[in-house]
Amino acid sequence: MIPRPKPERFRLRRTMMFMNAQKPGLIKDAYIYGVDSIMLDLEDAVAENQKDSARFSLYHALKTIDYGDTEVIVRINGLDTPHWQEDIRVCVAGGADGIRIAKCESAQDVKTVEEHVLAAEREFGVEEGRTLLMAALESPKGILNAYEICAASDRMFGVAISGGDFRKCMQTKFQPDGVDMLAARGQMLIAARAAGIQCFDTVFTDLDDMAGFETEVRQNKAMGFDGKSLINPKQIRLVHEIFAPTEKEVRQAEAMVSAFREASAAGIGVFTVNGKMVDIAFIPGAERTLKLAKACGMYEGDLV
Amino acid sequence: MKNAVGREIPDFLLKDGKEVYQGKNYMDGKYLKKASPCTRRYEKPQESKIVSSIAEALCQVGAKSGMTFSFHHHLRNGDYVVNMVMKSAIEELGLDDITIAATSLGDAHDPIAEYIEQGKVVGIQTSGIRGKMGEVVSAGKLKTPAIIRSHGGRPRAIEAGEVHIDIAVVAAPTSDCVGNCRGIGGKSNCGSLGYAMTDAKYADHVIVVTDCLVDFPNMPASVEAIDVDAVVVVDSIGDPRKIASAAARISQNPRDLMMAENVAKVIASTPWFKEGFSFQTGVGGPSLAANLFLEKYMDERGIKMGWAIGGICGPMVELLKKGKVGKVIDVQDFDLDAVNSINQTPGHYEMSASQYANPANKGAFVNKLDFVVLAALEIDTGFNVNVLTGSDGVLRGAPGGHPDTAAGSKCCIIVTPLVRGRMATVCEHVVTVTTPGDCVDVLVTDYGIAVNPLRPDLIECLDNAGIPHVSIEELKEKAYSIVGRPDDLQWEDDVVAVLEARDGTILDVVRKIKPLSLND
Repeated sequence: MIPRPKPERFRLRRTMMFMNAQKPGLIKDAYIYGVDSIMLDLEDAVAENQKDSARFSLYHALKTIDYGDTEVIVRINGLDTPHWQEDIRVCVAGGADGIRIAKCESAQDVKTVEEHVLAAEREFGVEEGRTLLMAALESPKGILNAYEICAASDRMFGVAISGGDFRKCMQTKFQPDGVDMLAARGQMLIAARAAGIQCFDTVFTDLDDMAGFETEVRQNKAMGFDGKSLINPKQIRLVHEIFAPTEKEVRQAEAMVSAFREASAAGIGVFTVNGKMVDIAFIPGAERTLKLAKACGMYEGDLV
Repeated sequence: MKNAVGREIPDFLLKDGKEVYQGKNYMDGKYLKKASPCTRRYEKPQESKIVSSIAEALCQVGAKSGMTFSFHHHLRNGDYVVNMVMKSAIEELGLDDITIAATSLGDAHDPIAEYIEQGKVVGIQTSGIRGKMGEVVSAGKLKTPAIIRSHGGRPRAIEAGEVHIDIAVVAAPTSDCVGNCRGIGGKSNCGSLGYAMTDAKYADHVIVVTDCLVDFPNMPASVEAIDVDAVVVVDSIGDPRKIASAAARISQNPRDLMMAENVAKVIASTPWFKEGFSFQTGVGGPSLAANLFLEKYMDERGIKMGWAIGGICGPMVELLKKGKVGKVIDVQDFDLDAVNSINQTPGHYEMSASQYANPANKGAFVNKLDFVVLAALEIDTGFNVNVLTGSDGVLRGAPGGHPDTAAGSKCCIIVTPLVRGRMATVCEHVVTVTTPGDCVDVLVTDYGIAVNPLRPDLIECLDNAGIPHVSIEELKEKAYSIVGRPDDLQWEDDVVAVLEARDGTILDVVRKIKPLSLND
């Protein structure tokens, strides 16, 4: 049995890679690709009559494979299906780090899942509150209720949009400039930031169109997303490269954090770094830059 | 006697000056007396050397029992010629006591297994051995131990007279009536005829078998009429579909791509990755995909590859055509893109096996190689590689140019998944050492990279580039933690194959495998 450390609610999640929980060849060592989180799917990737076998596969994977630092999240079936309760029991019993609630439309959906998660934690003797949650918004109603969803539970670490279903509801289709989902992405981002949780963009499905993928990821970063859902390991590197801070940003952040620590030790609140005024308001951002830089192998110091 | 890679070599093999492997470059500076063939003079002008059948050609050159026949493997698994010639020699002419010295043998040669079981073929000297032939040799049915040599070791052995070829058979996609051969222009094209070149020069007799007779003179000839005794025209020398695949496609398997990317990263971290560098890669999934990522790094740094060698396929030809590599020199072609390019695309040349890889000549191409990327069936914690025997101890592979390029290059990178099915690729001891660990520098797996401790300079390169690496022991333990630690293979005493190092010393032996019994 592989004991997994207690999941961190806020950690680096630049990349979340979907994979069918029923495919041993995929899930046996998905951590080798260096993705931040893997998303083991019990929902759309698994045929209706295979849900049970997928749960078995998932449970044994969670119990026997050492995923190391790679976060393991499970996408469960929607609350309108007969599967989600058993899905939750398996996730909790196996010790998944988090659960992604598919087709989430309201705070009540989050609360319903949370109740079942808590029950399962008690049933299987798992530490209460250990299992994290995230929500996938797949409909206009989900987007309109984004803030209440994001703020529905202390277990919530993030929210993601699911492009396929959302575009269908909106009677639009993929546009290279992202205009099809611009409003939805924006609203979700605002809600997530207001609630203080992370926000992830949808998958890019054309694996051969790496230029289109790059354009979308650049827009994601510019809009303020924390990360992106992926469907193939070959998409990982580009996201990590684009989400990486620049060398200059890293040096500036390093200077700010270390100057701030010295200044506050000396009782000084406002000071300048390289000619720019710095106060405490800049520090969380600078620390985030350094953490990101560390994950990207660009920073080896001990400020974070 | 134990050799430098820790393998016990039985004393009965150490006669007539045969030594055990002593480490790389052991033979450097020693002198070699070249053997010379005894060839027939054709002083009286001949209009044509065409004879009506293989049997007639064999009779004409005085084929007898006890002779050594040589073949080359450019027709790969599509080859019909080995089987045709052996059938003729054994079934029509009634010869026996035959030794087959081929540059490589494969599944296409399954019928030869029957002649081994009948005791008609008593010796096999080859780089590769697979299929039924591998099974019968492993079962101890061949009268003398098979001798396995690398592509460079073979021309060395021929030049040193350790193999004397009585009759060399050249499978020629095109030939003229006097035996000028080329690998292109016919219906069974294979491109380079590099492996046949040394054989033709050192054999007493040479027979050309072709399925496309062309007008005299067939120029530029790979094997020249001056060395040829007879030409036989047959319906077909091979199955074109199995000779050259349509086009070697670069793998889309994410695991292969990840490993390939790491190979390119390692290469780009070394001082030899600069304008004019030289490179060879295999055609396996991750090895071939390394081309793709290497090109990115070349573009980023604004440098070009000086030259590439090896078995060649489409992606390298593509680089040549794009002007990203100066010259491509090849001994064998793997796909139609390469076949159609050799001696046609400016800068794409043919070379002989000796010129490619022979350690005993005055400077083979492999000695100038900066990087080689190779696969492995197994690699152990001493960085020894096995590309010959399966996990069941049966012969099913080929050293090919692996030991030659590993020894000659400045940086030899092995790329392989950590496990294959239930088998650990990175292991405690390989079944058979085919490339000694002192020639192998870096191992790239899907679970991490390890550098040979013999190469502190490369460790520094990786560290400076921020490329994480671990010890090979860690990789081995990881592999065993996934698939378990296998029981040792059970061998009998009989030696069924001798693995010669490229310099002619003995690197390892393969013994007869104990038949599997479920009653134990």
